[in-house]
Amino acid sequence: MSALALTLDQVRYVNKAYWRNPARAFFTFAFPLMFLFIFTSLLGSGTVHIGSLAVKQSTYYVAAMASFGVITACFNNIALAMTYGRDTGILKRLNGTPLPAACFLASRVIHSLLVAVLLVVLTAAFGHIAYGAELPRGVMLLRFLVMLVVGAGTFCALGLAITAVIPNADAAAPIVNFAMMPVLFLSGIFIAFGNGTPGWVLWVARVFPVRHFALGMQAGLVGTPFHWTDVLVVAAWGLAGLVLALRFFSWEPRR
Amino acid sequence: MAAIAGLEIASPEPVEEAAPAISVCGLRKAYGGVEAVRGIDLEIAVGEVFALLGPNGAGKTTTVEILEGYRSRDEGEVRVLGFDPASERSRLKPLLGIVLQSTGVEPYLTVAETLRMYASFYPRPRTVEEVIDLVGLQAKRDERVVRLSGGQQRRLELAIAFVGDPDLLFLDEPTTGFDPSARRETWDAIKNLASLGKTIVLTTHFMDEAQYLADRVVVMAAGGVVAEGAPSTLGFRERARARVRYRLTPGSEAPPLEFGAPDAAGFVEARVDDPVVALHELTEWAIKRGAPLEGLEVTRPSLEDVYLALTNGPQAGSDAP
Repeated sequence: MSALALTLDQVRYVNKAYWRNPARAFFTFAFPLMFLFIFTSLLGSGTVHIGSLAVKQSTYYVAAMASFGVITACFNNIALAMTYGRDTGILKRLNGTPLPAACFLASRVIHSLLVAVLLVVLTAAFGHIAYGAELPRGVMLLRFLVMLVVGAGTFCALGLAITAVIPNADAAAPIVNFAMMPVLFLSGIFIAFGNGTPGWVLWVARVFPVRHFALGMQAGLVGTPFHWTDVLVVAAWGLAGLVLALRFFSWEPRR
Repeated sequence: MAAIAGLEIASPEPVEEAAPAISVCGLRKAYGGVEAVRGIDLEIAVGEVFALLGPNGAGKTTTVEILEGYRSRDEGEVRVLGFDPASERSRLKPLLGIVLQSTGVEPYLTVAETLRMYASFYPRPRTVEEVIDLVGLQAKRDERVVRLSGGQQRRLELAIAFVGDPDLLFLDEPTTGFDPSARRETWDAIKNLASLGKTIVLTTHFMDEAQYLADRVVVMAAGGVVAEGAPSTLGFRERARARVRYRLTPGSEAPPLEFGAPDAAGFVEARVDDPVVALHELTEWAIKRGAPLEGLEVTRPSLEDVYLALTNGPQAGSDAP
């Protein structure tokens, strides 16, 4: 089998196993939608000012939760699945077969990407129907898709990279959340930035990829301006993550 | 061949046929200054079922994982099917089947799906149905891995290792932690694989496992080889003195053999060079006097005894034959 066929074949098996673990699939999909519902119920009547644009709070959250969904599906999912596979010896077994490492990793990344796309489609559709969120079309749709794919790839790479500091599968969830949660809050995912947002928070948001990614998603779903610099910053993080992942990835449990 | 044999001066075996499946010379490996493997030599023939036997920490797994290509070595020559597992691992991988000591299998795929997936990695795999039959998992074909028992999962691992139709199979402690029936099931599956003429390298700390499965055994202790041979001759077992044992009945007179003092249950024991002669003397004596030789038995030291003697204490590692 060619490398491509082998990779796609792997995607099929990963996908099969993914949906047969109901808890994992459920939470990946339920969390963003549940948060969307909760946030819009609590704060949905307000307005958010983005530049000169006044945006309904509910529409803002559609974009924010779509971003959040992509991050969960890629960063969290890859980090947890890899540590689980590493600690139970699944990775070591695969490493003993002729399956090329690149096919293995690519199949996992592609699968997460597909899940991320599905999540964004669901969130956007739900947001459109329930809260009147915009749907990207035309050139904006293309830009939006570029950001979505670059972002999903980046968060997969970062998810792979973080496994280097996860000592065992039990520690995976706390470490992943500890790494991501503060950045999510400091990037305006859960609470929109306003005029009173402290300067240091803005700087944190500017450095990490989450805010840049969320702005790209927002451009597509809210209609705010799209900046290619956001894509570049996210891609730079992705490359850094990939380099670290390739350097420190382990097929065997860390002792 | 016979027709042209006369034209040849000599017809030695072709060199390729004589080449061993595995040859190891002066292998050393240390972890953080502690030597796990201290210069061992091994040669394993094609088609042989070979057991590496020893207690935990003897260096078996380190040795096997170096042969499989998982670990680097510090020193020594290693050839596996003609390749160096450290530098030619990708060429070696399609030829190997590996059952690691404790590894998981994707829990949410079925037995057949798992095997089909692993088969797709290899250039000339066996059919999924064939390997399922071989390890006796027909009834569990469409069961998810997560629902298999320990023994069934281990047999699935054997099937995974075998589905690529490897020339060489590594089984690292295939039955550790199993109940007796699961062990027996796994043994039968291994026997089936061996009957197909594959070279099998097995590590175990169970004597009976080595005895049941292996053609040849190497005993390791403290990172070195302490003994080598067929299970029946290991540690010169076939030349060891036999033990004759029976229970003295109260008031019986002294038998003709040199028995020691009776133990708590009244059993006496003698070590003899030739049990045939000794038994003849003893039974003749007993028949003449009408003395009952209660619980009479004649035994060689068990493989277990030999193994314990060989692996007992670090001094066994240094000056073995």
